[in-house]
Amino acid sequence: MTSYPKPQKTLILGATSAIAQETAKLLAQHHHHLFLIARDPQKLAIVAQDLQVRGASQIHTATFDLNQFEHHDALFTQVTTQLQGIDIVLIAHGSLPDQHACEQDYSTAEAALRTNFLSTLSLLTKLANYMQNQGHGCLAVISSVAGDRARQSNYIYGTAKGALNLYLQGLRNRLHRNHICVLTIKPGFVDTPMTQHFKKGLLWAQPQQIAHGIVQAIEKRKDIVYLPWFWQIIMLVIKTIPEPIFKRLKL
Amino acid sequence: MTHSNYQSWGRYPKATHTIAPLYWRTDPLPLPEDHSKKVLPYGMGRSYGDSCLNNGGTLFPTRALNHFLQFDSETGILTCEAGVTLGEILAFCVSKHWFLPVTPGTQFVTVGGAIANDVHGKNHHRAGTFGNHVLEFELLRSNGERLLCSPNHNQPYYAATIGGLGLTGLITWATLQLKPIHHRALHTETCPFANLDNYFELSNESDHFCEYTVAWVDCSANGPNLGRGLLFRGNHLKPEEVPKHWKVPSRNFRLPLNLPGFFLNSWTVRTFNQWYYQRQQPKTTLPILQDYQPFFYPLDSIQDWNKLYGKTGFLQYQLTVPAHDRSIIKNIFQTIANSGLNSFLAVLKTFGDHSSPGLLSFPRPGVTLALDFPIKGAKTFKLLDYLDDQVAEAQGAVYPAKDARLSPRHFQTYFPQWETLANYIDPRFSSSFWRRVTAQTSPTKPILTNTSPSENPSTQQPSTLEANHSPTPSHLGTESPSKPHSTLPTPTNSDKTAQDISQ
Repeated sequence: MTSYPKPQKTLILGATSAIAQETAKLLAQHHHHLFLIARDPQKLAIVAQDLQVRGASQIHTATFDLNQFEHHDALFTQVTTQLQGIDIVLIAHGSLPDQHACEQDYSTAEAALRTNFLSTLSLLTKLANYMQNQGHGCLAVISSVAGDRARQSNYIYGTAKGALNLYLQGLRNRLHRNHICVLTIKPGFVDTPMTQHFKKGLLWAQPQQIAHGIVQAIEKRKDIVYLPWFWQIIMLVIKTIPEPIFKRLKL
Repeated sequence: MTHSNYQSWGRYPKATHTIAPLYWRTDPLPLPEDHSKKVLPYGMGRSYGDSCLNNGGTLFPTRALNHFLQFDSETGILTCEAGVTLGEILAFCVSKHWFLPVTPGTQFVTVGGAIANDVHGKNHHRAGTFGNHVLEFELLRSNGERLLCSPNHNQPYYAATIGGLGLTGLITWATLQLKPIHHRALHTETCPFANLDNYFELSNESDHFCEYTVAWVDCSANGPNLGRGLLFRGNHLKPEEVPKHWKVPSRNFRLPLNLPGFFLNSWTVRTFNQWYYQRQQPKTTLPILQDYQPFFYPLDSIQDWNKLYGKTGFLQYQLTVPAHDRSIIKNIFQTIANSGLNSFLAVLKTFGDHSSPGLLSFPRPGVTLALDFPIKGAKTFKLLDYLDDQVAEAQGAVYPAKDARLSPRHFQTYFPQWETLANYIDPRFSSSFWRRVTAQTSPTKPILTNTSPSENPSTQQPSTLEANHSPTPSHLGTESPSKPHSTLPTPTNSDKTAQDISQ
């Protein structure tokens, strides 16, 4: 089943998230050499054990809370020393903030931006430079369709993801000449622990579907991918609604 | 949050639940604070009736518990979480030349569900049930206790949980013994038989040299054609039979919406059955190489095929009766043919005499027949009630995993060991099925909290059964920690019993 001559070296941040887990399962089947980072050591051990059985050629793990930016340097050093080169980075951590709480309290809104945008900026600063020197690789980041247009029901999350999209756009432009692929992943509604309190309807996808899309997009060196594909059409429609009308909608 | 989109495969009866998905096997159970609220694990929802429903209570969807723990490619011993599906196991192990020791007719079931229903397959005559190949598992009880269960550890809980309908606690992970194969394809044959006597001859002969046998029967045929059908048989390949090239089939079709209720009427069903029987005729006894997917899971290629039956859903009915007296099963076929209600799919299989470690396991030596009927009001229920009596008289049983309407009296006759099982049920666990079949039948004491069919026959029928009719032995016999209740336990008094045990 090996589709690569050498095992790819892949770093996954937020490795216990549902989408990251399913993506990592596919990569493990292709015998990737994995470095997994997550907050909870017990959950991380469950995921690492699973990926070992599924065929990962080698697995390293480290427990970090990515909200503690002061530890990002230590994380970077540990990863680069142990992996000796990185082919793929998948950034999958994040949280869905309580929109209402964010509206009442700035520190809650700020925390949401730190988790969903600034932590990635901090991590990618070093990782992007590392890849630039290396001259190859892929930076795949899970954003969201929520970043395409902000709406009243979750615009703090949308702001963070929108900022993330712009940042990745710039980074992609900068690193293109260095043969680095920067992939912005925009999932729609996904049935994960993060969304367990939502009522699920027709538009909802399983994390397995999203994972297949991510692996395909990485292989095809895509720039932006909507998952599942129909979200590209939905968001196209939503983005074309003129603001004078959009502001009246209850979305 | 309540949900109405967790239903059973037959989509009858309907139920409403609070949903609390499970994500990590190390987490405690997210039990509701209200102790009167019962919980039930829910896997892929492939049980046909209400054994996977817990109307008014909480469901624990287990699909996110889908991690592997260990696999030994030398011995074929696999340990995985209970939410892993059989399809996921096959996708993992077939390329490594290992296969499921027993598989039901769909790969879209979880390991937990396969244990809880002690499922069987086309190789029952060789391999017994799924439970025969479960080496050990962990059972998480509502008091937080984690019991390692195997034939040597907590054996009563091991036996009660295999076939225990998810009521004894949450299976977090299980260890299975897989079986070695040389290739993903099988040698298969389709052999027609003209009537039931022919079936028995063909099936008995085939069981000697075929690992897998199962028959489809044309239920609409009557008279001299009564019980005609097709026997499918197959074997895994020997090393010298392995083909050099093999194209893995990929076909998948999802039924997008419910078909209107009249789609499956007696005419379409009869025509389909006749066409299907005729179509196979020229192919007789020419062995072909077939991929394991279409051989084991022909219906899996049509996702959501249950929507064929429209919104009202359908009833599946699987019975088993002794095979030594062929007139029993003949009479059953005659009853169905005479009723004019045609079963779209009728599946016939002769069980072997392997006994399962499971206490409430369904298979027993004899012949089993699975039928599914669109719900055509009271006459469908009446036919099945009548069959219940015939099965009881023959000392047979009806499969709980497929049932949505069995009366307490019939269930308790088929499974007299149910009272022993009640001792091991977790006090916080229950299901719509369990409340229904353990309810006291007296109309003045309604215990049922879930909606039951309006045609519920339990109070209408004259009793033709004797109390100690069924000879089925209790596997737990001597090891039972307390005596079975003298009265029928209700969900509330089974609480007390199970607490007694855990102390």
